[in-house]
Parts: sequence; structure tokens; C-alpha cells
Amino acid sequence: MGKETPKADELEKGPWPSYVKEIKRAAKKNAAAKDLLGVQELSFNDKVTHWKHGGIVGVKGYGGGVIGRYSDVPDQFPNVESFHTLRVNHPAGWFYTTQQLRKICDVWEKHGSGLTNMHGSTGDIILLGTTTQHLQPCFDDLIEAGFDLGGSGSALRTPTACVGPARCEWTNINTLDMVHNLTMEFQDEIHRPRWPYKFKVKISGCPNDCVAAIARADFTIIGTWRDSLKIDQKAVQEYVKKRFDVKGLIVDRCPTHALEWDKKAKELRVNPAECVRCMHCINKMTKAIRPGDDKGATILIGGKAPIVKGAMLSSVLVPFMKLEPPYTEVKDLMRKIWDWWDEHGKPRERVGELIERQGMKNFLKAVGLKPVPQMVKAPRTNPYVFF
Amino acid sequence: MSRTDIGPPDYNEMMPEVIKKNYGHWQYHELLKPGVIRHVAESGDELFTVRVGSPRLVSIDFIRDICDIADKYCEGHLRFTSRYNIEFLTPKKDNVRPIIKAAKKLGLPTGGTGDAISNIVHTQGWLHCHSAATDSSPIVKALMDELYGYFTSMKLPGKLRVSLACCINMCGAVHCSDLAIVGVHTKVPKVDNEKLAAVCEIPTVMASCPTGAIRRHPDKDVKGVVVREDLCMYCGNCYTVCPAMRLADGEGDGIAIYAGGKVSNARKPPMFSRLIVPYLPNNPPRWPEVVDTIKKIVEVYAAHALKYERVGEWIERIGWETFFRLTGIPFAEQLIDDFTHARETWRTTTQFKW
Repeated sequence: MGKETPKADELEKGPWPSYVKEIKRAAKKNAAAKDLLGVQELSFNDKVTHWKHGGIVGVKGYGGGVIGRYSDVPDQFPNVESFHTLRVNHPAGWFYTTQQLRKICDVWEKHGSGLTNMHGSTGDIILLGTTTQHLQPCFDDLIEAGFDLGGSGSALRTPTACVGPARCEWTNINTLDMVHNLTMEFQDEIHRPRWPYKFKVKISGCPNDCVAAIARADFTIIGTWRDSLKIDQKAVQEYVKKRFDVKGLIVDRCPTHALEWDKKAKELRVNPAECVRCMHCINKMTKAIRPGDDKGATILIGGKAPIVKGAMLSSVLVPFMKLEPPYTEVKDLMRKIWDWWDEHGKPRERVGELIERQGMKNFLKAVGLKPVPQMVKAPRTNPYVFF
Repeated sequence: MSRTDIGPPDYNEMMPEVIKKNYGHWQYHELLKPGVIRHVAESGDELFTVRVGSPRLVSIDFIRDICDIADKYCEGHLRFTSRYNIEFLTPKKDNVRPIIKAAKKLGLPTGGTGDAISNIVHTQGWLHCHSAATDSSPIVKALMDELYGYFTSMKLPGKLRVSLACCINMCGAVHCSDLAIVGVHTKVPKVDNEKLAAVCEIPTVMASCPTGAIRRHPDKDVKGVVVREDLCMYCGNCYTVCPAMRLADGEGDGIAIYAGGKVSNARKPPMFSRLIVPYLPNNPPRWPEVVDTIKKIVEVYAAHALKYERVGEWIERIGWETFFRLTGIPFAEQLIDDFTHARETWRTTTQFKW
């Protein structure tokens, strides 16, 4: 094209790594990447997007995993007339061998723009920009390389998990094994959209919630424990020696006053009945305090971003569940939820919105769970009760 | 036809030896310096992680470059974080410095750990999305250029998570971030009734509107709809179900800023982000109004928050009235909620600060 892109070029400056440099790197080998830079400049000038609404494209046997994308200025930028995205299911924990990563690069050099996101918001590898003709061959080569597509549309979206036991001493569940197991079990639900809307599953090993499961997942699994957190008094002494303010920064910041500082003995004590497992003391005294031994997870339901009825956080559904392979109990619960939601949900209604519309009481009955105080912050204030 | 439903590769094949050996048996970790983490296993084995930033939108040659580093120093393994950072993993302490050096050579900063600003979670924006009200990658680039020193250090009171969504669909946990930048439309959809009749179902389009603003066209001969301007809050749900309801508008589209959200349960429960600036103009390529506002908030937070306090915890302690006074951000009428759960956010006590 040879078009000038002064505004985009401006973003090559500055200390943070530049995505414009990356587009230009891809543009050296690929005409679509070159046109993409032109589209970016055009959007900078007229302050609107130049991508058209959707378009149904895909690969044989699947109903999702590909996002159709067409330019509204194909005359100016013919190489991005169609510029579809493939969502590729990442390995659990986003671990890679360089050998596997290079395979993906080779497939994408052959079939696409050479531009990617590592990763998208949901967690997939995003292969950004290819033509309709290349979709099937690209998919075939991805399968050959050992990769498969992730979810899109009204399907189970690619489940994700935090790094868990691979590199974290705080995890209470085997997040990676579980996410891999669920992903393999529910391949059909991921690849063939059939529900009222999307359904997200995210697994965090502890209440720090590194994959934002409580905010972003319809079905939220967060590792926790039922007994007492463990304190190594010898290690506590080391913190004291280094003049770490155990009383001020740890004991006084405990949200439920479950910790006590014995000034004389220089010992840190916990009252496990008062502890709500918020992680603060564990986070800040990594060498001295660890989660308990009776490990499992809290299951929460209904988290989502604003569309349509406003943002929701997941709320407690099962206060504690032991999670061991093959994870039958949790899979059964998911299937019951899907059945109820599929039966009663309106188009584009997330499960959290449906629960609000139909009432938690009805939802609990449908999935066979008993109400417990852990499910609410407080009981209702109004007298408008259905019997 | 190729095989289907093979699923992702097994993570067990992707992990380095030291991780496989100590899987589930880590004892503790410590931050040696910004971007460098040392994990110690119950076995006594050590694992060093070097975390570096990335622009998220990367070329395959970028991926090959980082693979070269991992081949040289990490026995051919690496991982990514949920915030697009790259993590080089090695059991050898002596490899840490060369990894940092090699990353620096590629222009990649080491950092993003502990009480820092990690990479900004963001969406596609004008670069690849049809419903974007703003761009994503350029704002993130402009912001991170300015906030760079907070990525490469650990000098903030607590963790500070910034996210950006290019429309109110809010892909990425923008609704629960310390600071969130959200693209907003401020003009009603421009209805193309000719297109609507051809490609959309009228009842579906009408039903998609959460406020009932979409009505049947009053002229019975027109197969189409009208939008009641007083009811539309530009959510874009109608555009998602029907391409004839285009919302993008070069003049009206812009940016809103939210503050005080978090996901972690540490100390206080998770919190939603709250609207603090209803509208700033789209000003490519570097969005100076947005960058200045975010930078100002970060600086005020850094100066006033207690150790470990997240933005939302800090604001809760000092009160929103104090937050607006300290930051100098004007309190706009749009900040008072008038949607479904509005009343929960109104002050029902005489306790407040001046």
C-alpha cells in the first residue's frame, strides 16, 4: 500500500514494548498485517471502528471457535476484507514447550496474518486475522500440531485455571488437573453452542483468585480449607528479627480479629473458628503461614460483566466441596445447572440473571441444594415472601 | 476431514522438570526484586521466575524470540500469566541475570510483581472489534509508557490492577479492577430499517433492549423500529443481536473511568469498580486526557494509602468525598446511579466527611 501512518508510528516511541512495532514486523511478511496498520491509522483519524458486525464462518463439525470479521473499507484495504480470528484452547496454566509454541507460529505463518494475542481475555491463544479459505486448512494443521479450538458464542467458553500446584504453595485444589479434566469432558459443550448464552468456568486455587473467577465466571471454583491455617512459629521469629511489624501489618489487619499477637512469647496465634480465610496473613508472611490441611473448594454461581442487567459477582452455592478426580460431584452439579438454565433462560440471559429473575429458592430446588447461611450476606428485609 | 475434539495439549507435557518434580509440594516463595520470584519446594529445590511485560498483540517472530531465550536458559519451557506477562522459569539462579539481559535486548521490561502495576488487561478495540467505542492497544501503550516505573518497581502501597475494555461488554475483569478504562457510546443507535428488515427479526431486536427503548416503527408501512432517545443508555445489546443498529459515532464515543474494584478476597471481600469520570474524548494516538487522569489517581493513591491497601480499600477508609477532593476530579451528575440497584449506593447515614 505504501500509505503513511504517522499516528500509529508515534506509538513506536516510549519505553513500553510497542504493538505497532509488532504489526510492522508481521507486515514485512504478510500483506494483511500491512493493511491492518492502515486500518488502525484510519480509525485514529475518524475515531470509529472499521470492522463489520460478525459473519458466520467456521470449521467443519464445530459451531464456534472462529470469530468472523470483515472490513467495512475493503476497497482501501483489500487484504483484510476478511480477517477472521481463531480461538485456540491454551494448555492449562499457560505452560508451553518452545517446540509447541514454534509449531503454532509455523501454522500461523502459513495460514494467517502472523499476529497473535498471548492470550485473549478468556485465556485462549488468539490467532488474529485470516481469510475464509484458510480457516479449515489452518484448523487441520492446528489439530496436527496437537491443538484444538476454544469456545465462542452461546457455548461453554474455554475454562481457565490459575497456575496452582505447578508453582504455588497456596493452592488448595489441583487446579490444572481439574481444568484439563473438565475441558476434555466437555469438548462438545465447548465446540457446539446450544445454550441461551455463554457459560464460563474458572478455577482459582485460593481466595486470592488469580483468574478473577468470582468476577468473570458463571461457575466459580475457589480453593479453600476447613481446618486451621498453619503457623510456623520459628519462621515468625525470623520475621520479627527482620523488624517486620507482625502486630501492625498482620494482626491488626485481620478482618475478623482471628489473629492474636503474644508480645511476651513473640508468638502468633490463630482462632480458626473466627478465620474467614481471606489470605492476607498468608500473602504477607509467605515463609511462616500456610493454608490448612483439610482442603477443598467453595463453589460460587452467577458472576458476569455488565451485559445485560449489570455486573454481578458470583455468590456462594456450595460452601465446601472436596474435589478429587474424576470430579463427578462437580460435573453432575454443572449438568444440573445447564439443564435448568437451558430450559428457562431467555436468549442472552446469563445464569446469574436467570437466578435473579426466577429466585434463588427455585434455583436451589432445581439443582437439589439446601439453603445455608453461607449463601447470603444477610437475610431479606422485606416481607414479600412466597410460600 | 481432520479429527475433532482432541482438546488442548496435556499441561504435563508442557511443564519444566523442576515443576513436574515438585508439583503440589512448594513450601514458600519470595520476591527477590521486581519481576524475579524465588520458589522453594519442600524438597529444597529452587525455582526462579523472571516475569517480563509484553504488548499482548505480538507477531510470531516475537514468540520465536522469546522461545530462543527459553531454549538457551530454561530448557525450552516458558509460561504466560493471565495479564499477558511472559515468565521464564529456571532452577538455576545464575540464569536470572542473563534472562533479564536477553529480555531487555528485546525491549521487554522485567517487573509486574508484588506492589506494582502489572500489565493492563485489555480488549481488541478498533484494531479488531466491531462494537468498540474506543481503541485498546494504543491507550495501553500510552499509559504503560507513563506508568513504566511502577511496573519495574514495587514502590506502591499495594497491588494496582488496571484494565481496559473497549465497550461496556467489559471483556476482561474491568468491572472489578483498581482502575478501569471503558469505551462508552453516548449517542443512540442509528437505525438502518432497510437492513434491519433484511437481516434481523424485529421482535428479537425489541426484546434485546433492557430498558424497552426500542419500539415498533409508528408507520405501519415501514418494517422496522425506532429508538426512544430518553430511554436508551447506549449499552449496545441491540447492536450485538442486529447489525442494523450501529452505535459507533466518531464524535459521541469516548472513555469512562472506574475505580476501586478488586477480585481478591484478601482483607476486604471483592469489590466492584465505581464510575468516577463519565466521559473523556477519544484522542488518538495517545489519549492524553485519559493518561493524565489515571496517572493523577495513581499518584494520589501512592501518597495517601496505607501499606497493603488496594485502591478500593483506601477509598472506603477515607470516603468517596475525600477521594474526589484529593484527586480534584469533579463529581459529575452521571456518577449517581439510576439503574436497577441504584438505591444501594445512596448514602443512608449522616456520617460523612466535608
